[in-house]
Amino acid sequence: MTTAPTDTTDSAAFEASLLQFVGLEIGVVAVAPDEVNVPMVRHWCEAMGDTNPVYLDASAAAASVHGGLVAPPTMLQAWVMRPFGQGRDESESNPYSQLTKAVESHGFTSVVATNCEQTYDRYLRPGDHLTMRTVIDSVSGEKTTGLGAGHFITTRQDYYDATGERVGSMLFRILKFRPAPKPAPAAPKPLRPRPSLTFDHLFWFEGLKQGKLLIQRCAECGVLRHPAAPMCRECRSIVWDTIEAGGGGRIHSFVVVHYPQIPSIEYPNQVVLVDLDEGVRVVANTVDTNADQLVIGAAVQLEVRMCDDDLSLPFFKVVQS
Amino acid sequence: MNSLHDTDVNVGDQLAPLVLPLTRSLIVATALASRDYQDVHHDPTLAQQKGSQDIFMNILTTNGLIGRYITDWAGPDSIIKNVSIRLGVPNYAGDTMTITGTVTSKQDGQIVVGVVGANSMGNHVTGTVTLVLGATGQGGTK
Repeated sequence: MTTAPTDTTDSAAFEASLLQFVGLEIGVVAVAPDEVNVPMVRHWCEAMGDTNPVYLDASAAAASVHGGLVAPPTMLQAWVMRPFGQGRDESESNPYSQLTKAVESHGFTSVVATNCEQTYDRYLRPGDHLTMRTVIDSVSGEKTTGLGAGHFITTRQDYYDATGERVGSMLFRILKFRPAPKPAPAAPKPLRPRPSLTFDHLFWFEGLKQGKLLIQRCAECGVLRHPAAPMCRECRSIVWDTIEAGGGGRIHSFVVVHYPQIPSIEYPNQVVLVDLDEGVRVVANTVDTNADQLVIGAAVQLEVRMCDDDLSLPFFKVVQS
Repeated sequence: MNSLHDTDVNVGDQLAPLVLPLTRSLIVATALASRDYQDVHHDPTLAQQKGSQDIFMNILTTNGLIGRYITDWAGPDSIIKNVSIRLGVPNYAGDTMTITGTVTSKQDGQIVVGVVGANSMGNHVTGTVTLVLGATGQGGTK
């Protein structure tokens, strides 16, 4: 599966340009620093936990199908590994570097090895001296993978003994890919809308911050009022104080809001109009209440909750339907 | 160490699993024994800077362990012809890899064993090994 290129002509030209690398030999012929030897085989077998006697036990090896000591076949690549401290040949004349740079210039900057296929023409024996030639075997078109879009690059390493006979071969495939963008971290949940505070109802929000639902009371005639207002509806007095609501009440009415949705509020958004036991009505959200518990007349209990550092609000929970 | 012969093996045979604790020592010792000096196979700090959670096993070792797994089963008279692997999740130090194998084909004197090496994150390696088993009563010949 290929992704839709933004510019078909450019993309096709790019992919065609990659194909010119196929079949090119990479760098110089690598010469193994050491002949195949028993000490290195011993280190390998010790580390791998390999107890096959044909690698280290000369008499058992002689009696085996191999007729003498051989090296573990999977050790093939180890004989020509780069010395410690020596980096990859990244010179500009190296076709593999050119290919890598070409692919990276199109954003395929990450790399992962995907496949390794070794074929052994014969087992190696102590004294064999290897050389290795590397050829760019294939370059895929753009592929979509779990890691992101990318190109598979396969190299072939052929291993030869001192007589020039091929003793083994390895296909090694990597994926050069454009890392899939990481999902943006989830934005913090926005805060509930702020009340526009005025002197007339500041006391109400301040009371909630202390965990109290306050009800305004006329200091002259004693009538309770909510929402807060500067003057008594009954006697026109502007002198007032407050009492704290006991927390009991009943559902006078309710509505479940589905739309429009405000990011800071949980949906379905259950809104109740509660007749407090004191005789005033309050609009609030519910807590710990299922939709089927929302019944007109149901008894509710107040819970003041802190929504964030600057806002606490009254919520009601149905305690009896 | 006895060797298996063609007549001992049938398609569908399962090899005994090999459970390998992936100690830091194993990761480092095998990397060095295979002359692989890339830092991600021995230096945890640099491995983490390059986005890995820890040092992890190199590919030569994955090949080496699969070769060992096959000859542990098939014996010294077996000859491995091909190891083809597909690489999956890394073998990080501290994890455990369990290698399992099943004989998937037996044809023209060649046996193919399907192998899977799995760790706590999933399959580290899946692949096939093609080998020739020792000929009955003809040990010492090729």
